[in-house]
Amino acid sequence: MNAPNPSGWRPSVGSGEPGNTGSSPTVSGDRGLTLEEPLSFEIGDSAKCGVDIEAPEAEPLASISAFLRKDAPQLPGLTEPECIRHYTRLSRQNYGIDLGPFPLGSCTMKHNPRLNEKVARLPGFADVHPLQPQSTVPGALEVIEQLADWLIALTGMHAVAMSPKAGAHGELCGLLAIRAAHDANGETRRIVLVPESAHGTNPATAAFAGYKVESIPATEEGRVDFDALKKRLGPDVAGVMITNPNTCGLFEPEMKAIGDAVHAVGGYVYCDGANFNAIVGKVRPGDLGIDAMHINLHKTFSTPHGGGGPGSGPVVLSEALAPFAPIPFVRRDDNGALRLIEEGETGDAAPLSFGRMTAFHGQMGMFTRALAYILSHGADGLRQVAEDAVLNANYVLRSCEDVLSAPFGNAGPCMHEALFSDTGLAEGFSTLDIAKGLIDEGFHPMTVYFPLVVKGAMLVEPTETESKLGLDRFIASLRSLAERARKGDESLHAAPVYAPRRRLDETQAARKPVLVWREEEG
Amino acid sequence: MSRYFTPDHEWIEIEGETGTVGISDYAQSQLGDITFVELAQADTDLSKGDAACVVESVKAASDVYAPVSGKVTQANEGLEDQPELVNGDAQGAGWLFRLAIADAGELESLMDQTAYDAYVAGL
Repeated sequence: MNAPNPSGWRPSVGSGEPGNTGSSPTVSGDRGLTLEEPLSFEIGDSAKCGVDIEAPEAEPLASISAFLRKDAPQLPGLTEPECIRHYTRLSRQNYGIDLGPFPLGSCTMKHNPRLNEKVARLPGFADVHPLQPQSTVPGALEVIEQLADWLIALTGMHAVAMSPKAGAHGELCGLLAIRAAHDANGETRRIVLVPESAHGTNPATAAFAGYKVESIPATEEGRVDFDALKKRLGPDVAGVMITNPNTCGLFEPEMKAIGDAVHAVGGYVYCDGANFNAIVGKVRPGDLGIDAMHINLHKTFSTPHGGGGPGSGPVVLSEALAPFAPIPFVRRDDNGALRLIEEGETGDAAPLSFGRMTAFHGQMGMFTRALAYILSHGADGLRQVAEDAVLNANYVLRSCEDVLSAPFGNAGPCMHEALFSDTGLAEGFSTLDIAKGLIDEGFHPMTVYFPLVVKGAMLVEPTETESKLGLDRFIASLRSLAERARKGDESLHAAPVYAPRRRLDETQAARKPVLVWREEEG
Repeated sequence: MSRYFTPDHEWIEIEGETGTVGISDYAQSQLGDITFVELAQADTDLSKGDAACVVESVKAASDVYAPVSGKVTQANEGLEDQPELVNGDAQGAGWLFRLAIADAGELESLMDQTAYDAYVAGL
């Protein structure tokens, strides 16, 4: 391994003794430039204010007097420099994709290219308002249309609903289209089948859309049990929700046959497209018999993700479901001009549309970024994205499988994520210890305890944007932690030692969360 | 009084025509610290295998299924404030709900303690 610092010298980061945050050797609590940050309420007081607010000249309107505030608002009262420093100091404690690898499985935390940001900041895109007259924003409509064309081409589908705001919202869009299609046929179907290897949001979405969810087991190879699925299919099944590649990081090779079987009983196939990064440019979901699939622009198409969002989840639809797509959508009129089709116009343009899911047209800022990403990569570049993402994941899988149990390691190559389990660790050591140890090593931990079908799951998705050097550093850290956990190295139970905080009490945080600051009494 | 187990790690203890249901000690050890129990709704009619309530832990949210068909008569309301009872005493004070059993014949498909112990040992 090419260590970036061959001398091995490291700056001292404290004793690492338990309670190192509470018993700081300095008066301020800071350690050099590693800052200890209080709550904003603990910095400010209500006597201070960052701006001058003049007393109102007029009396409040009588009509709103019943709603007048009786007590002073509890505001932290920071000066402007205090406020700026507070948030800047907090930002320095944060870990983000711009600081290092973020191998959260199923999340596709790839680098967000700065070219996307440059394009999104062009005034013609950045300064448009969703209520502007359509005639003043032909460029924005062109972006929506071009991105829609790319998504349709990459998926081999018939239409795309651009407005859903993120993955789960896209799932809901797909299921509402499925329900509208059954309604149009005069059919009431109550059941949605969801395999165990699907994303956790799938059953939640189906239940939210009013369906009864039935689970289909996974095979020992981590794939959908097709026989069990076939047995359950019938005239009461509205559809099936499948994640492909699935949450075990495996491609579902029987996808086409599954689609045919579902269609044969009059059902529809929803595919969770969260893992599209593994197959973009290689496989067209439309060729696999899929009727609806959301595309997370904030995963596969590199728009910001995780605190930096918002997400965006356009849904591609098959020919059978396309007539039921939500409004608004962009359509080219007879003169070649693009127009948004809204309520009142759907009678002719989209008589079967199931309606509206969002106030406006979707996440415009994400559309410009995603289109910039697509155009800068081109078709060949997007294909290489999938190839490199899969190559990187297999490199991690094969580099660690001798020290970490890989439950599906014999199922052939994985797709874009490598799955390990805590089998084989010493008694008393678990996935959590490895995850906490990674924090000490300077990495964001992988996804843990998901998928549920694997005991102590660790799901690593390196993405294509990590270099070989970056992967080698991560692998060296992961291997060292696995070896410590196999040997039963007690010091691992103390990790993280070098983080601003030690192990948090996650149980208490879940059982008795403190969500609102309140002034202490007395 | 006798206790039966399901392959999904629920237990049911029979007293007359009432069954008390919980999750097994093995199940709580696999779930880790329980953080929240969404209680079963009284007067709900459940068929064997229906989701009756939800147990959330630091690792996962899991449905608890009715081991046999029946009507929910009572939920263990103490779990609202003390979900940790499920970890401390899964097969006692950490019970989840009581059920008026509709068909005692369904109990025959469940495992007794010995069969369940063997089942868990094989996992």
